Amino acid sequence: MADVILDVKELTTKYITRYRENVYAVDHVSLKVESGKSLGIAGESGCGKSTLALSLMGYYFAPLHYMSGEIIIEGRNISGMDPDEVRKSILGTEISFIPQSAMNALNPTQKIIHFIEDVVQAHDPYKTKKQVYDLARGSFETLGLPAEVLQKYPVELSGGMKQRTVIAISVILFPKVLIADEPSSALDVTSQKMVIKMLKNLMKNGVIKSMIFITHELPLLYNVTDDIAVMYAGQIVEKGTAKEVVLDPLHPYSRGLMGSIMVPESGLRGVNLASIPGVPPNLKNPPFGCRFAERCQYVQPQCTAMAVGLRDMGDGRAYRCVLSENELRGIYRREAYQNAR
Amino acid sequence: MPDEKTIILSGSGLTKVFGFGGQKTVAVDHVDFNFFEGEIVSIVGESGSGKTTLAKMLLGLTSSTEGDIYFQGKKRDIRTHQKKQEYWKNIQAIFQDPFSSYNIFNKVDAVLLDCIHMRGGRKLPHAKKVELMVEACSFVNLKYEELTNKYPFELSGGQMQRLMIARIFLLKPKILLADEPTSMIDACCRATILSMLMNLHVETGMTLIFITHDIGLAYYVSDSIYIMEHGKFVESGSPDDVILHPKEAYTRRLINDVPKIHEEWDLSTV
Repeated sequence: MADVILDVKELTTKYITRYRENVYAVDHVSLKVESGKSLGIAGESGCGKSTLALSLMGYYFAPLHYMSGEIIIEGRNISGMDPDEVRKSILGTEISFIPQSAMNALNPTQKIIHFIEDVVQAHDPYKTKKQVYDLARGSFETLGLPAEVLQKYPVELSGGMKQRTVIAISVILFPKVLIADEPSSALDVTSQKMVIKMLKNLMKNGVIKSMIFITHELPLLYNVTDDIAVMYAGQIVEKGTAKEVVLDPLHPYSRGLMGSIMVPESGLRGVNLASIPGVPPNLKNPPFGCRFAERCQYVQPQCTAMAVGLRDMGDGRAYRCVLSENELRGIYRREAYQNAR
Repeated sequence: MPDEKTIILSGSGLTKVFGFGGQKTVAVDHVDFNFFEGEIVSIVGESGSGKTTLAKMLLGLTSSTEGDIYFQGKKRDIRTHQKKQEYWKNIQAIFQDPFSSYNIFNKVDAVLLDCIHMRGGRKLPHAKKVELMVEACSFVNLKYEELTNKYPFELSGGQMQRLMIARIFLLKPKILLADEPTSMIDACCRATILSMLMNLHVETGMTLIFITHDIGLAYYVSDSIYIMEHGKFVESGSPDDVILHPKEAYTRRLINDVPKIHEEWDLSTV
C-alpha cells in the first residue's frame, strides 16, 4: 500500500452569514489521497465542492469557520493551526491551491516574474532576485513553458497560456498536494487538453505528489483522475475509482449526473439526455435524513425518517443510501428492462 | 427528403473583414450555406474561427463586407430601423453569458412584458398579459410569483438562462440562434436547458442554429453540422458522417480534443 499523503477525517466547516445563520457547506467529509494518485470531486454547482477545496487548505478566514475534524498531511495535523502559521509553513510548500478563474486575477500592471518573486520571498526573504529568476526559469523550462513568459505582462498571454502560467507559479515551491478548482472550465477544448497534459506531467515528473481536481465535467474527470468522490449538499454521496463511479454508479444522484454526459461517440446519439429535476437543498436548514430524498425518483418512506450513513463496500468504494447494493442494482436492472421494451 | 424542405436562411459568398491594409483580418471568408426550415444546425469551431462574427451578421448586428443573406428566398433588407425590427420578429438569439444579457435596471417582468408588446400585445388587458407570462415561466419550470418584482442579479445563472428561453417562448421567432448557450452553466443544468430548447423546437417547429465549441453537444442535438476553421466551412453534413467518419484533419483534431468515456483519450497530440 502506497503511503497516504493527505488524510482527511470527518472534516466539518461552516459559513456564518450576516444574520448569524450557520451554513454547513462541508459536513463530515472523509478523504484519503495516496502518493502518486489523483482524486476528482464531482457535483452540481452549489454542492460545496469549492468550499471543500478551501477547507482542505487549513487556512480559514471569515465567513468560513473550522468546526471539527482532522486534516493530516504526511503525518502532520494542520487542522486548527493558527492562520498565520498555516500561511507561512503550509501554503505553497505543502498544499497549493488554484482557485476558479485564477488567470483573471493576475495583476495587469506586473510582469509574471513579479508574482514568482512574491511567492518565493514570502517563504524565504533572503533569496535574491537573481536566484528567484534562475529558479523560475528552470521550473518553467521543465514544465514546457518558454522562459520569455517571465518578462511578459499577463495581457500579452493567451487564455490557455495564462492558465498554464498560473499552474507553474503555484507549483514553484514543489507542494505535496495541488488542489485545482475548475482549472479548465473557461478554456476551449484545445487549451483544455494542454492544461490537462501539463497537470499529468507534473504528477509524472514528481513535482507534485498528488492532486485534487474539481470539476463538473464527468468525461474530463474520468480521463484525468484515478479516484472520484461525488458530492451532494455538503456530503460525499459516493466514492470509488473513476471507472467504478462513471461506468457503474450506485447512488441515484451519481446515476443522474451520468445521464447528462455528452460525448461524440458512436451509439450514444439516440440516448435521451436525462436531467435531475429540482435544485440542491438550502444548507441553512438541510432536510433531515437523506438530503437527496426530495429529488430522488426511487424515494422510500425510510429515507426521510433516519440519518443515512456512508456504506463502506471495501477497497475505498462507499455510497450513502438506505438501500443495499443488491436492492439498488435490482431497481436499475428493472428500469433498464422496462426501457428496452 | 432534402428537396421537399424549404430554405429559410441562406448566404452566398458571405465575408467579413476587420481592419484594412497590413492589419487586415478576414474573420469570415466567402461562406455559403443553406439552412432549412425546422432544422437544427450546429456551427462548430474553436475560439477565433469566426463563429460569433457569422452569428452577428446573421442577426444583422454587423454588416457584411461582401456577400448576401437571403431570408425566406428574398434578399434580406434591414436598411431602416422599422425593417430591422420586422426582421428581429423572425430571428432571435440566446447568448453565452446570461449575466450580461439583461438590462440591470429593469425588473424581470419588464423583460417578459417587452416580448408581449413586441408580438403586438400592447393593448391586451393586464390580466391577460400576466396569464401569458405565467404560461411562459411554467414552460421553463420557473414560478412567476417568485420572479416578479425581482431584478436580474437576484437570480442564479441557470434561472437567468431559463428566463431567456421563456422570452423566446413568448416571441415565437422562426429562427433561434443560440450562441454557446450552455458553456457558462454546469453539466447538470446543461441537460435541462437543452431539453427545454428541444421542447421548444418540437412545439413551435422553429429553426435552431447552435454555435458551439463543444462537439459532443453538436453531435447530440443537431440534424446537420458545419465545421468552421479560420472563417471557412471545411466540412458539413449529417452528424453521423461528420463525427464518426471525419474527412478533414481539423475535424479529427477537434474530436480528439474532447475527453471520451469508452475510447482512450490521446494526450500526446497537443
